[in-house]
Amino acid sequence: MFSRIAQAAKGAMMLDAIGAIGLSLKYMARPKMTVNYPFERNPQSPRFRGEHALRRYANGEERCIACKLCEAICPAQAITIEAEPRADGSRRTTRYDIDMVKCIYCGLCQEACPVDAIVEGPNSEFAVETREELLYDKQRLLDNGDRWERQIAKNLELDAPYR
Amino acid sequence: MPVAKVNGVETEFEPGMTVLQVAERAGQEIPRFCYHERLSIAGNCRMCLVEVKPGPPKPQASCALPAADGQEIFTDTPMVKKAREGVMEFLLINHPLDCPICDQGGECDLQDQSMGYGRDGSRYAENKRAVEEKHMGPTIKTFMTRCIQCTRCVRFITEVAGVPDIGMISRGEDAEITTYLEKSVASELSGNVNDLCPVGALTHRPWQYHYRPWELKKTETIDVMDALGSNIRADYRGSEVMRVLPRVNEGINEEWLSDKSRYVVDGLTARRLDRPWIRENGKLRAATWNEALDAVAAKLKAASADRIGVIAGDLQDAESMKATLDLFRALGSKNTDSRQDGAVLGYGPREGWLFNTGLEGIEKADAVLIVGVNPRVEAPLLNARLRKSWIKGGVEIAVIGEQADLTFDYAYLGAGSKTLAKLPKAATDLLNKAERPAIIVGSGALAGEGGAAVLNALGALAKKTGVVTDSWNGFNVLHHAAARVAGLDMGFVPAEGGLTVAEMLKPGALDVLFLLGADEVDPTGSNAFRVYLGSHGDRGAHGADVILPGAAYTEKSGIYVNTEGRVQLAERVVFPKGEAKEDWAIIRALSARVDQTLPYDTLEQLRAKLMGDHPTFGRIDYLPAPVSFDVASLGAKGDLGDTVFTSVVTDPYLSNPIARASATMAELSALRIAPVAMAAE
Repeated sequence: MFSRIAQAAKGAMMLDAIGAIGLSLKYMARPKMTVNYPFERNPQSPRFRGEHALRRYANGEERCIACKLCEAICPAQAITIEAEPRADGSRRTTRYDIDMVKCIYCGLCQEACPVDAIVEGPNSEFAVETREELLYDKQRLLDNGDRWERQIAKNLELDAPYR
Repeated sequence: MPVAKVNGVETEFEPGMTVLQVAERAGQEIPRFCYHERLSIAGNCRMCLVEVKPGPPKPQASCALPAADGQEIFTDTPMVKKAREGVMEFLLINHPLDCPICDQGGECDLQDQSMGYGRDGSRYAENKRAVEEKHMGPTIKTFMTRCIQCTRCVRFITEVAGVPDIGMISRGEDAEITTYLEKSVASELSGNVNDLCPVGALTHRPWQYHYRPWELKKTETIDVMDALGSNIRADYRGSEVMRVLPRVNEGINEEWLSDKSRYVVDGLTARRLDRPWIRENGKLRAATWNEALDAVAAKLKAASADRIGVIAGDLQDAESMKATLDLFRALGSKNTDSRQDGAVLGYGPREGWLFNTGLEGIEKADAVLIVGVNPRVEAPLLNARLRKSWIKGGVEIAVIGEQADLTFDYAYLGAGSKTLAKLPKAATDLLNKAERPAIIVGSGALAGEGGAAVLNALGALAKKTGVVTDSWNGFNVLHHAAARVAGLDMGFVPAEGGLTVAEMLKPGALDVLFLLGADEVDPTGSNAFRVYLGSHGDRGAHGADVILPGAAYTEKSGIYVNTEGRVQLAERVVFPKGEAKEDWAIIRALSARVDQTLPYDTLEQLRAKLMGDHPTFGRIDYLPAPVSFDVASLGAKGDLGDTVFTSVVTDPYLSNPIARASATMAELSALRIAPVAMAAE
């Protein structure tokens, strides 16, 4: 009985509404948390795990040696690799597909890679209109690598002391 | 029996066993690289060090140390642990850390044992040595920097294969495994060294970089490349068979496999028939199953029963042959034959076409007469067994037929039937004096006009010289086709008055000729309506009027009977390609269209019928005990004439449609014909 009366009195005095207005006024005075995306960005960790890329050495040779460790460790089984000897006898992939729909962006592939070939780059903006466009093939991944190499290399360098 | 103590546990052993074997018997695992139970003992890797009392106060190589009564063996003391760590560290000094690009990675003894027995890191900071690659032929890919000089490959090639093409030169750090003259290894068993290699120094060249061992699924099945029925494990990924490895079967292939059986798998993806075809106005057009089967049924119904015939191929499973035989018998045809080579076998007792001693039993024979067969070509693993028995001593071998290099010494008696008609006294003495004499005869001697007479003469010889007695049956027929014995067992031979293969192929002999995977005959002479059921677009399919796509041996579950008469069950590894179906199911569908519906709807029912009609098929994995039979009644008396016995398998690497579609087999065949040209690579 008593609690009901207290509740009715509180309501009549509009204490909740006044509290809410107070809170709004407090945050109006503070600096803004939101950024004007895409013109502004939040800072990003060098360990950020975004879109995948296959890297090359400085001389243009692809790094990937088709050891298939990334394929083996991938918990979502998103990676498919086929390999055979290239004309010069070296071990290379003939197919390197990542199903970006299956991928859970856990980063185990780049941890497993003995030659830092497959990496998850800083790019998170690869939304597409159809599902098929998210089935990446080797060429797409290599192009990604070429496009993002500078930032990927910098991120790896920044993270190196902690590895 | 003497007794030794292994880690304090008393273990009985047979005299002559080594410390390693005794420890294994006690359930203690001893790491090793160079020791292999089927090769001689080398004792050079030092990985198997154990502590032995009484003895010097230092670790001993257990693989080369004979065990003694009352010996105490320790495998888990600090001394042993330290010794193993030391050996492992030395082995890894010069071993490159290239496991990610090594094909052995994931199934490597060195990887596993360094995890199990090695130290956690290396203290070696100097340069590693590098060794030049060697050319060892189309089957072996070398990475000699990875070699740990265990010499297993050298011992296998010298002892088992009998072709001393691989050896080790120099000493210490300069020691290298090499082929001396940079020539290809001229052995039909060369693939086994890749299996034996405990590291990635020798790997399978045809499958190089194609797979990782952990991504393959494994199916245990039976090989059909020769009539031995070697036990194999087919590893597949997705819908493709990636590799074939041997399984241990002491009675057949021990743990070896011939190059042909092993590397033929790339032929399973090339030149495949994956949809039915019908010839219209001289051109083949793609058809549906209904169209194709209707076309065949219409022709079969229109032709009279004595104008239709069927030839079964060399790789057929027993079920499909049984279904075909039942169908053609139901249609009233007598023209059924499974002997593409034309050998006159298949009449009389079953022993008349079996390898009666068994493959293991041939090692017991103390005199062997080989007639009209080159075992090294037609059954490489049998040849290895003959060599094993010859090395052990106590066996004398004589040959009538080709004078080929069989990797062991033999008395060469002559080239053909003339020699057989008037055997030299030395030959009859050889068989007469022997306690367990054996004759091995192949299709080379039994094919053609004089085949029946040759068989009869051999039978008479066998009876006279005690090759077949009450307790010993040494009369051996060595087939070269996996399907042959099953075909003969079920009576897939012309019925009374029916036509043989050669007669069926004559122009005008038949109206409808059905080729059940038969590719070793030339059907172009026959003007009959030709139906081909098979897996590859090969000889049989050329010029066929209807092509029905069937399953290759890895794509169907089937029964195969090997040359000893051992019935074995092959399992399906992958599914048939495209629209292809299992062979028996195609025959069953066809039977309904010609109003002779076969009384089985499932493979199980078909097997039950097969085993019911011919009880020998019900004894899976069972080797019949040697039975004496009236060997002299085989064949027919006649003039032996003057024929030269030549092996029917002229090129083992191109002897069936799968092999002819395989790139690796083509390479091996080219090497066989012109070894010099390849070595200059």
